[in-house]
Amino acid sequence: MERLRERRRQAEARWQELKSGSVFFVGAATCGVAAGAEAVIDRLRRDIERYGLNARVIRAGCLGPCCFEPIVIVRRPGLPECCYGPVDAEAAGKILERHVMGGELCPEWALGVLTAEPWQDIPSFWDHPMMKGQVRRVLANCGMIDPEDPDHYLARGGYAGLERALGMTPEAVIEEVLASGLRGRGGAGFPTGKKWQFARAAEGSPKYLICNADEGDPGAFMNRSLLEGDPHAVLEGMLIAGYAIGATEGYIYCRAEYPLAIRRLETAIAQMREMGLLGERILGTDFSFDLHIKQGAGAFVCGEETALIASIEGSRGMPRPKPPFPAQRGLWGKPTVIQNVETLGNLPLILRNGAAWFAEVGTPQSRGTKTFALAGKVARTGLIEVPLGTPLRQIVMDIGGGMVTGKAPKAAQTGGPSGGCIPAEKFDLPVDYESLGAAGSIMGSGGMIVLDEDSCMVDIARYFLTFTQQESCGKCVPCRIGTRAMLQLLENISKGLGRPEDLEQLEEIAETVKSGSLCGLGQTAPNPVLTTLRYFRHEYEEHIVKGQCAAFACRKLVWYRIDPDRCKGCGVCLRVCPAEAIQGEKGEPHRIIDEKCIHCGSCLTACPPSSAAIYRESGDLKRVEARRQLATTTG
Amino acid sequence: MDSSTADSAAVVQDIVAAFPSGRGSLIPILQEIQRRLGYISPESLKTLERLTGISATEAYGVATFYTQFRFTRPGRHRIQVCNGTACHVRGGAQVLEELERRLGISVGETTADGAFSLERVACLGCCALSPVVAVDGKVYAGMTPKKVPVVLREYAGQDGRAARQEA
Repeated sequence: MERLRERRRQAEARWQELKSGSVFFVGAATCGVAAGAEAVIDRLRRDIERYGLNARVIRAGCLGPCCFEPIVIVRRPGLPECCYGPVDAEAAGKILERHVMGGELCPEWALGVLTAEPWQDIPSFWDHPMMKGQVRRVLANCGMIDPEDPDHYLARGGYAGLERALGMTPEAVIEEVLASGLRGRGGAGFPTGKKWQFARAAEGSPKYLICNADEGDPGAFMNRSLLEGDPHAVLEGMLIAGYAIGATEGYIYCRAEYPLAIRRLETAIAQMREMGLLGERILGTDFSFDLHIKQGAGAFVCGEETALIASIEGSRGMPRPKPPFPAQRGLWGKPTVIQNVETLGNLPLILRNGAAWFAEVGTPQSRGTKTFALAGKVARTGLIEVPLGTPLRQIVMDIGGGMVTGKAPKAAQTGGPSGGCIPAEKFDLPVDYESLGAAGSIMGSGGMIVLDEDSCMVDIARYFLTFTQQESCGKCVPCRIGTRAMLQLLENISKGLGRPEDLEQLEEIAETVKSGSLCGLGQTAPNPVLTTLRYFRHEYEEHIVKGQCAAFACRKLVWYRIDPDRCKGCGVCLRVCPAEAIQGEKGEPHRIIDEKCIHCGSCLTACPPSSAAIYRESGDLKRVEARRQLATTTG
Repeated sequence: MDSSTADSAAVVQDIVAAFPSGRGSLIPILQEIQRRLGYISPESLKTLERLTGISATEAYGVATFYTQFRFTRPGRHRIQVCNGTACHVRGGAQVLEELERRLGISVGETTADGAFSLERVACLGCCALSPVVAVDGKVYAGMTPKKVPVVLREYAGQDGRAARQEA
């Protein structure tokens, strides 16, 4: 224990020393790099050398407001820390000259100063509309520290939670977590402390702890950001959980699509070993624990506990019936607890600050904060953290800034392929486990995709069902056949081949799949269909009765037209058309042959804005009728 | 047995030796085989069977369950088109179609000259920058059908230069 305290003192000294010079924290998580962070880092390093400055560039994790990436936080003695974005290489050069060398802030790129108060005419970053309303606890370190330097984590209170836990009995740790009201952040929301009680009481040894980092929901990146931005927080959480349940071995099951997260974890694990935080008799106590990383190989169903265990055991990742629950018989037949990344990330905070502190925010049933990956048509996209119970409207309209298109929001999709669509008129709904469940959706792991008028709800339901149908492992009949049957109906509807009775049939199959499937994948797969049918039935009816997709998303229902009065006959559309469906002489108005058209929209994109002669329409009953006839005659 | 088969057998042997024995190592071994050899060939599964006793059909059954594994030789450049929800609602499908048209292949295939292979992946986790495409792991944000030829040229050019240098 003394060794850790000594190490923390050194870390704090190094952290203070870092403040004596200038520092650039560049957001270099996967998203930041995609937005061009590397060029910014190169430029800053070159200029620092060129001017011989006492300054450092640190590759930090993701601060959250991805829409403003690349993001750079600049720290310089004598000035408040300032967050800039978006910053390209050229802007980075100017910021270096003016902020670090000239001693003045650069309002044109500033998102805000990292102090509570504004500075001159630059507002506080925390008052930025995207940040106001957020409570950053789990994400507090992301973007603010070097995730590859354990001293940064230590200096900001890292491993203090573990230190406290190891001074308590495992039962007392479980009590603390129970009292906090923490529920699993992976989707189902089972009370974490309860799960631990079962595992602690279960017979069998050794016991295992698994961190589920197989973030498979398309549209979710909370776990990636946390693992990339603050890996030690998740690992400290694993030590606390391992101690509480009496586990001696832990696995991190991380998807292979997250190479940077895996690298950061490997680095952090090596550092823990060096600090005496892994292995035999950790910090001189009786607690021994070791960690392994397992890379997922791409199977959504492996987010399900028993499927994940099968995958670690080297088999096809297929779920098995429960009970026995993994807490009784899990990995290699031994008691096993599986926790989501974010659940683990909360543990060091609960142990460090106490259960009462944790429960200060949230609702009585849903305590604490939750991170969300806010994406889709919203103006400000990124990773956010809000108290549970925050109204959906505040998340979409205030933090997200409304629609990027300026149009009206239509719905928010939560919980990914297992969740549902909440319509805009229900945006006053507080985001907690119970309210989302009552609305037909689920909390899920935190993916939140906002849809506007240009999104078609039939298309969204079809999209998610395509996904779950492909990812169904095929073990149980309701899921294997049911998802396929529902998908077939949805595909017909989106092509204009739907029949009015299809909607009832969809509902019937959906209920069967929901009640009859073996695991969570099948039980929740109908949610996107059921919620869109519940709230947006008229859209389905428009597709079926009028052959119309008002959002122009179901391409087989979209027809392209050329306005002969506007067409100058330039021939651009004719050349880009991959189906040779456009005819016309040079200089004469062109026309589209509907029978040949593959509805790709290339002509619309290609038509020069000066002419803007091509437009689209949907709801051509005659055409749809002809297709329906053709489908019936050809079977 | 030609020399490349012999080489791949040696690689598989190296890999198997580096992992603890036992069924739990099967997927990590397959992942390493794919990382080093580019794909899972029938030959490497046979070598694996000889070394571990896990039958080739059993290992193939496990591998085909997971989308990560490929069973044909990939192109020199690997294009991954994200099919995540955010990418879908912002037009990812149109980007994929344009790639298919430009390359003259369907998703899951490799161009005849072996330069590009095209994959659709569930989610790359860059939803806030959607739609995204990754080429050889480099992520391109905010893709549109119009940007497709620009991105492809970056790699076709590289490839052309390499070919000229070899010649």
